[in-house]
This record gives sequence, structure tokens and C-alpha cells, in this order.
Amino acid sequence: MLPCTGRIEETLLLEAFENGADGVMVIGCLEGDCHYLSGNIRARARVARVAGILESIRIGGDRIRMFNLSAGEGAKFAAYVNEFVGQIRELGPSSINVARKNAA
Amino acid sequence: MITGTPKPIEEILEMVDPYDRIVVAGCYGCVTVCRVGGEKEVQVLSSTLRLARETAGKKITIKEVCLERQCDPEYIEQMRSYVHDYQAVLSIACGAGIQFLAEKYTTTPLLPGINTGFLGVTERQGEWAERCQGCGDCVLHLTGGICPVTRCAKSLFHGPCGGSVQGHCEVGKDTPCGWQLIIDRLKALDQMDNYTKLKPYKGWNTSRDGGPRRIVREDMI
Repeated sequence: MLPCTGRIEETLLLEAFENGADGVMVIGCLEGDCHYLSGNIRARARVARVAGILESIRIGGDRIRMFNLSAGEGAKFAAYVNEFVGQIRELGPSSINVARKNAA
Repeated sequence: MITGTPKPIEEILEMVDPYDRIVVAGCYGCVTVCRVGGEKEVQVLSSTLRLARETAGKKITIKEVCLERQCDPEYIEQMRSYVHDYQAVLSIACGAGIQFLAEKYTTTPLLPGINTGFLGVTERQGEWAERCQGCGDCVLHLTGGICPVTRCAKSLFHGPCGGSVQGHCEVGKDTPCGWQLIIDRLKALDQMDNYTKLKPYKGWNTSRDGGPRRIVREDMI
């Protein structure tokens, strides 16, 4: 948990995949509502860059996505999580996890 | 600063393909400022390489380092204690830094991770533009602080050519005519006499024409 999505570095997102994540969702405040003015806008750009990297190395850019929510939108949060988890389940394990399983 | 752009990951993967233990070396100088070869870029590139290589079934061990500058011997020397434990160094410094590393560590293959660009400025975040070609004979005091060598596509010295149309250069409508910029600036400075003064031919002997250049400052040796 980070105080602001603006604190998320690209390397942290890639590290999640190195550590075995099949998908990563980044959830930030609503655009225009950032306490630090542009934290979530920066995060959006970083998520897009990491999606590009994942696409270029055939892990898939659709395994990372940014969502924007306010703190009062609990039901929406649950819906987004279910949606993303469903999407990742449909994609199956990431190619690096498949390679690791085959190597084991 | 010296600017650069990252090489495509496919090209880098091809370069590192023969190796399974490498150093990824960044530089805290210019390439950190233009966000192509600093500490963060070392981390992202290393992570990307590890993911790509493990996915392909060829794991790679990477030592991540970022030197203060790769163009100064005292910082390059800091790699000596471990560089020979690795099969190659992938440097994301500018071409000068990479070559200097190669000169110091002659038995270690050096691989360039970026394409070095030009001497430029940050016009806005994520956008850099060329301002100097290092011709070795600066005339900015005569041209309103705008370089005719760099900003004019033909490096003309005595005013715009016929390809200057409404302030734009014929090479592209996004390129302002360097001489239009100079004249506008000289008018604003009330220095148009600099434009009309006859000047001798520029000596290009201080530029690249004589091959690689060297500066020797006897007072500093």
C-alpha cells in the first residue's frame, strides 16, 4: 500500500511480474482529485510505459491496468477487482510463470 | 546535455543473447537528466531483460550499477573490483562513456543500450532539441544567442536561404528557420548591425573536419 500512486516507479511494477504476478492492477484516486495534484496522472503514464514494455517482451500489455476510484466507492472497487481478476484468469498464467513451471 | 534514446529491447536482447552474466551500467550525468540512462533506467532495463530472458528459458544474472560519470576515469575505476566477474557490460551512458569503459576494460565486451543523440536542451518534459554542434568556434555573441550552425539546416552564416518561408525551414514545417530566429532576435536586441557586418569565412578547422578533437589545457595539467 502506497500513500499515492505517484510514488509507484516502473521498476516496482516490473518487479511484481518478476516475483510471479500474472497481472497487476494499479488503483489510484480519481483524476483531478489527487492530493499531490498530479500523482495519479504520472502513475497513468508509468503504467502505460510498463504495459508497452510487457508487450514488447511478449508477456502482454493487458496484464497491467490502472483504475481510478474515490475512497467511498467500495462497490465499484469490488467490481473492478472482479473484472480484472476475470480478465487475468482468462489470459492464464503469464509466459514467465509458464516458463518457470516448465523449468521446474 | 548529451541526449539519447533507448535502443529497441529486441536489439538489446540480441546483443546480450550470448551472455548469461552481465553488468548494466548507468550514468548519473546527462543521460540521467534526459531519462535514458540513469539509475531508474538501469533498474527498468535490468528487470525487462530478466523477464524476457527467463520467459525465453535463458535466465540472466545482472549486476545493476550507476556510475557518477562514465566519462571520467576515477568513476570508471570503481568497476574494476567486479567487472571481470561478468561476461559483458551493457552501458546506457552516452557513446563517450561507453567508449571510455571499453578503453579501460579491454577484455570485457561493451554493449550500447542507447542511441546517443545530440547536445541539446529540455524544451518540455519528454522533449529535447538540438542547440549545439560543438563546432569549436562560437559566434553566439554575433547572432543573438542563436546558433546558425545548429539551427540553420544548411549551417549558413550570412542569412537565410530561399527555402525560408514564413519563418519555417524547407526541411519541415515544424522546423523554424534558424536565420529568421536570428534576425528577429537581433531586431529585438537592436543589434542588426551584427547582421550587416561583413564577416570572414568561418574556419571549420576547429570542427569535426580534422577527425577526433582533443582539448589540452596546459594550465590544468
